[in-house]
Amino acid sequence: MLYYIIKRILQIIPVIIGITLILFILMYVIPEDPARLILQKGATPQALANLREKMGIDKPIYVQYWRYVTSLAKGDLGISYRYRRSVNEILAEHYPNSIKLAFAAIIIETIIGIIAGIISAVKKYSFLDILVTISTTILVCIPVYWLGMLLQIGLGLKLGWLPMSGMGDGSIKYYILPAITLASVSTAFVARMTRSSMLDVLSNDYIRTAYAKGLSNNRVIFKHSLKNALIPVITYIGIDLGTLMGGAILTETIFAWPGVGRTIYLAILQRDAPVVIGGTIILVLIFVVINLIVDILYATLDPRIRFGGGEANY
Amino acid sequence: MFPIKEEKNKQPIDDSDLGNIIEESITEENKFDKKYSKSSLYKDAWRRLVRNKLAMIGLAIVIIMALIALLAPYIAPYDPTYREKTASQQGPSASHWFGTDILGRDIFSRVLYGTQISMLVGVIAVAISLAIGLFLGAISGFFSGIPDAIIMRIADIFFAFPYILGAIAIMTILGPGVLNIFIAIGLLGWASVARLFRSSILSIKEKEYIEAARALGASNSRIIMKHILPNSFAPLIVYSTMNVGTAIIVEAALSFLGLGVQPPTPSWGKMLSESLNYINSAPWLMFFPGLAILITVLGFVLLGDGLRDALDPKLKR
Amino acid sequence: MADNNNTLLDIKDLRTYFYTDAGVVKAVDGVSFDLKKGETLGIVGETGSGKSITALTILGLIAIPPGKIVSGYIDFDGQDLLKLKQKQLQKYRGNRISMIFQDPMTSLNPVFTIGNQLMEAILAHQKITKKQAYDKALELLDMVGMPDIRKRMKSYPHEFSGGMRQRAMIAMAIANSPSILIADEPTTALDVTIQAQILELVEELKNKTDSSVILITHDLGVIAKYAERVLVMYAGKPVEFANVNDIFYKPYHPYTMGLIGSVSKLNEEKKERLKPIKGTPPSLIDLPEGCTFAPRCRFALDSCRLSYPPNIEIEHGHFVSCFRSKEFYSGSLSRL
Repeated sequence: MLYYIIKRILQIIPVIIGITLILFILMYVIPEDPARLILQKGATPQALANLREKMGIDKPIYVQYWRYVTSLAKGDLGISYRYRRSVNEILAEHYPNSIKLAFAAIIIETIIGIIAGIISAVKKYSFLDILVTISTTILVCIPVYWLGMLLQIGLGLKLGWLPMSGMGDGSIKYYILPAITLASVSTAFVARMTRSSMLDVLSNDYIRTAYAKGLSNNRVIFKHSLKNALIPVITYIGIDLGTLMGGAILTETIFAWPGVGRTIYLAILQRDAPVVIGGTIILVLIFVVINLIVDILYATLDPRIRFGGGEANY
Repeated sequence: MFPIKEEKNKQPIDDSDLGNIIEESITEENKFDKKYSKSSLYKDAWRRLVRNKLAMIGLAIVIIMALIALLAPYIAPYDPTYREKTASQQGPSASHWFGTDILGRDIFSRVLYGTQISMLVGVIAVAISLAIGLFLGAISGFFSGIPDAIIMRIADIFFAFPYILGAIAIMTILGPGVLNIFIAIGLLGWASVARLFRSSILSIKEKEYIEAARALGASNSRIIMKHILPNSFAPLIVYSTMNVGTAIIVEAALSFLGLGVQPPTPSWGKMLSESLNYINSAPWLMFFPGLAILITVLGFVLLGDGLRDALDPKLKR
Repeated sequence: MADNNNTLLDIKDLRTYFYTDAGVVKAVDGVSFDLKKGETLGIVGETGSGKSITALTILGLIAIPPGKIVSGYIDFDGQDLLKLKQKQLQKYRGNRISMIFQDPMTSLNPVFTIGNQLMEAILAHQKITKKQAYDKALELLDMVGMPDIRKRMKSYPHEFSGGMRQRAMIAMAIANSPSILIADEPTTALDVTIQAQILELVEELKNKTDSSVILITHDLGVIAKYAERVLVMYAGKPVEFANVNDIFYKPYHPYTMGLIGSVSKLNEEKKERLKPIKGTPPSLIDLPEGCTFAPRCRFALDSCRLSYPPNIEIEHGHFVSCFRSKEFYSGSLSRL
């Protein structure tokens, strides 16, 4: 197990290096002078040159890249061109908001998705099943920003029940609309996965055995089917947690949510390379680490792979 | 789109049927005249597809949207950029079915014209993904070893990268414009195609008829074209159909964020972002373009679902 | 058939159909038999002949829909099981009637320990404490010949060999001392050396607990050794029902004859196996007109293809569905 974890962590390193390299080249290609960004208009050529030297951006790209990677290894993400603040600080300020929103969305998709999926599977071909199938199909196809706008108009503007945007004082009512929006597609996937996974499990021989033992329907469904059926669903939810933490750009933009997705998006528009690269590295890192945790969790849920060194051996 | 595992519908009784299916598949592989069995395979798939009502609805939506895109100049009641000064921000009416925007432009006509960009981006971006993905996937699957390792690691990087973020980053560097959207979305989709193609090459490579072809002196490219491509056709067509839907959503998102199609070209995403300031006074501005995206994407997803069920009879509901 | 009070289970004209897109599958079509106390009854037939579906119907484990029990009754101890609701039937399942399944690899839940699954079977029907159930579970594992029982209670199914899993399944099935134990091809998925051990175990437990066994198999050797009476099924229909000697020495149905091969071979005490009969069983959706076996039958007359032969009692306790059985009986038609 330990060997497996170490192996996985070592595999992350080339991915991170690859991403920094790609981003670095991409941001370098932009014909924009960071020194000009910082000093604004009216700066003397001498001042610009001084700043360039101080920042090290007069050096060739490989020197700059090396400097960046070495300071990255020490945990330093650099200084923002725009805000003249440490990128670490900016991200630390916005990250908690994104993580909170992601968790709110995960709670919604887990509860609603799994319940809808179970109902759908247990009452196959019933009215409720058809309703779940239709709504999940539509949810998958809805553009999230449009759904967000519809919710803003409906629940925020017309009914006035919930705040339309922002984080306000951070109370729960501010979370509801963005969390629903962020969770929409994933809820549909969780419901569909739970349904097909449940049906898959219910067709297994050991379910027949459980019924043959004289167990009640509820016990068969909630004890014997659910644990097996939820293994893939939980894997998906875990991976989704990693995605949601970084993929909230659209939701955060619509709801003016002061999260990291919006910060990176604004930084891209403002050509603030250190924030873009630093933010993305953190996103990817979280994504990969959560994936690793999910894999380990998976092994503890399914006794068959506990001794298998990480690979499923059925 | 995330692949959804279909339920096995275990019928305890069709043992005899199962026997027939197995027999059929055996004879199919051994059949000397491969062309015959292939065509009948697709004929069967087509028959299953036609029977699937949802898939037919999807196909109908896709065809109608394609027709709208082609015929927009003939069916749109107004020029999409024409500003009717006297009709600013009017609700839906007989003369303007979907209402007008702040500049007095006809929303119905703009939605019709918006189909062009969406369909074009969907199809071309997926074609680019396919071209890159098939090429790199073929290299990876056929010449395992170092090229395989390098390509798959690059694919890992693309997978770890948040999709929308990647699209935004590429668009920022390339600058807005339709051509750049093709490139951005196309570039982001290649990794899935490459993985899919690589794995189907790896599984088919071991099969006997490939070894036979190799023994007869057929070259790699010939084997790819004649044997492997037709065999991995099914998963690729399903993936591509689904992915057209994804591409349309991403294009709209980019245009929504102001990085995609530039005015005055009508694009659904752009229309949505233009409507943001008027959602209180003119909600129809955001309603119809969003609905258009939803219906178009729904068409591709339903068709893709149906294709998957039709091409893989083992997974039938 | 159920003329004496020694009868435990009496099944009459049972029909279980499945309504699928492709058509109606008549998986069990008019099956009748009875089971006496302490008896081992064999049900034999090819794959898809309806043996397993018959067993599942008795326990009410048919999925409805697509399945439907179209006719018949299942009289168990004076109660028609088909009339019971699922909730009432639960009290019978695993308690009075229990079942061992074909594949022990897939019949145990992979994510729970053997002990958990065994105690669950006990606690479903007995009002005892967990501790008592634990002791009882140990006792059961010991009874089925499991070594190292305390450790085994905590093991997961994948840590067991096939034979050990089937022993665990048997322990579960006998947990509540059932009156009837249905064994559905209990050894098919096991190694040959293990097969005999498992069957001996079933036989031993049957004698110990004084229960009846329904042994479903396609292995005639197993039938010859363990069964007292035999029901032969073909394409969902019961074609012959008699005691084991009559089935082997005086079969009246050409299908039974085909299964056995030749009587003379059996006299030489050679081990018998299923011999392939020419042709394949018909699709249950598209059954031929008349006798379903007629297309493969070497004795078939044109008239056999017109209607299905009635089930007649040709000798006392020997039932057969064949138009030509009387000719075999009178000796005017040779079985060879």
